[in-house]
Amino acid sequence: MNLFAYVADRWSRLSLQAWLHVSEVVQATILAAVIGVLIGVAVYRSPIGSALATALASTILTIPSFALIGLLIPIVGLGVAPSVIPLVVYALLPIVRNTIVGLSGVDPAVTDAAKGIGMNRFGVLTRVELRLAWPAVLAGMRVATQMLMGIAVIAAYAKGPGLGSEVFSGLTRAGSANATNQALTGTIGVVILALILDGIYVLIARFTIPRGVRV
Amino acid sequence: MTTTTVESGFSTGSGSRRAERGRFIAQPLAVVVIVGAVLAWALTRDNDAIEAESLNVSTLLSGTWQHLLITLAVAAIVVVVAVPLGMMLTRTWARRAAPVFLTIANIGQAAPALGMIVLFFLWTNWEGFWCAVLPIAFYSLLPVLRNTIVGINGVDPALTDAGRGIGMSGPGVLWRIEMPLAVPLILAGLRTSLVLAVGTATLAFFVNGGGLGELIDTGYKLNRVPVLITGAVLAVGLALLIDWVGAVLEEVFGPRGLK
Repeated sequence: MNLFAYVADRWSRLSLQAWLHVSEVVQATILAAVIGVLIGVAVYRSPIGSALATALASTILTIPSFALIGLLIPIVGLGVAPSVIPLVVYALLPIVRNTIVGLSGVDPAVTDAAKGIGMNRFGVLTRVELRLAWPAVLAGMRVATQMLMGIAVIAAYAKGPGLGSEVFSGLTRAGSANATNQALTGTIGVVILALILDGIYVLIARFTIPRGVRV
Repeated sequence: MTTTTVESGFSTGSGSRRAERGRFIAQPLAVVVIVGAVLAWALTRDNDAIEAESLNVSTLLSGTWQHLLITLAVAAIVVVVAVPLGMMLTRTWARRAAPVFLTIANIGQAAPALGMIVLFFLWTNWEGFWCAVLPIAFYSLLPVLRNTIVGINGVDPALTDAGRGIGMSGPGVLWRIEMPLAVPLILAGLRTSLVLAVGTATLAFFVNGGGLGELIDTGYKLNRVPVLITGAVLAVGLALLIDWVGAVLEEVFGPRGLK
């Protein structure tokens, strides 16, 4: 059976796995974006706080994903939890780093002007600074999503959802008729989905970043 | 402010000088304390026969050594392939090919590391060390390749013009002006590659390549949590140390005048 026949034959299962893969990664990215922006907002005014947050986040990203998933299995069991927790944690670095860079890169003249027309601190943050930092945050989310697509494959080791289970069954059934097809479907599927998501990010950037702010 | 630019490519660096200084000291200390504590606990606790199979000094050492060997082999391949390739792709005669190679490398990195290892195994029917090293090397190539190209292309044209003006040859300009100025970026890319390599080396055991992933897998499959924890903590410790070595390399080989 060639690859196309295999994919057509197993379409209902594969499309569900692809959907679960994307939905898991997108949900983890959004959750990480909320946490990451909150952390960024909390620390960006303090150089020491910023250094601490980025140092911690980049140390976490150094941890091998397979080791983190393994460590989580005895604590949270199998299934969705040991997949989503590492995904969220790994997505933090690019988002926190870019949020801090974006927020601290806002021209002080602009925030002064906002204060001058009577905005309070919360108003300055939400209506001026965060909007100007949005392109940077979005760039961080984009990098995070690409990275998570690959990590989510490894998460299938802990019985997480998504296309990773195809790769794993291709490995364990090596030598059988569809082993290569399974591994190929899982790998290429993830690449295609990652490229589609990347395209969606370009669209989101086009529609949410005001023309004047675009670089 | 110490942070500089918005990061749009993958990097494990924090992008902040101050954060890096903190990690430079805190990271190896944390590794020594945590790995030491876990090893002391794992080797002195009352292990049953199955746990004792894995939790002894020689097994732990050989797992760590294999893991280190995979990482070093990958790093060697990456440096030998990516730096010359990157240098070549910045020459005028090959500049048009650069986007093609970068796209291939980009897609290679979007591809899941595990999928590539498994596919390489299924296609070649090899197993063991090289079956793990080659796909991991391909996967870890991009940061160095991209940073070599960006670093060389980012050199101020006035400087290369000045070099030519005083009679330097093409290779002279490359080696004595462009490369030294690109070195900091190349080293940053190498550090990211090292982190990717040491992380994906935990997957080498899936194709009988050994490494610390094997301990994690044994602990999980045989339901021996102490084995799993020891393997995972050793892998984390090794990854943090390798990242630290990357930072040391950046410090030592980065040209002093550019800091």
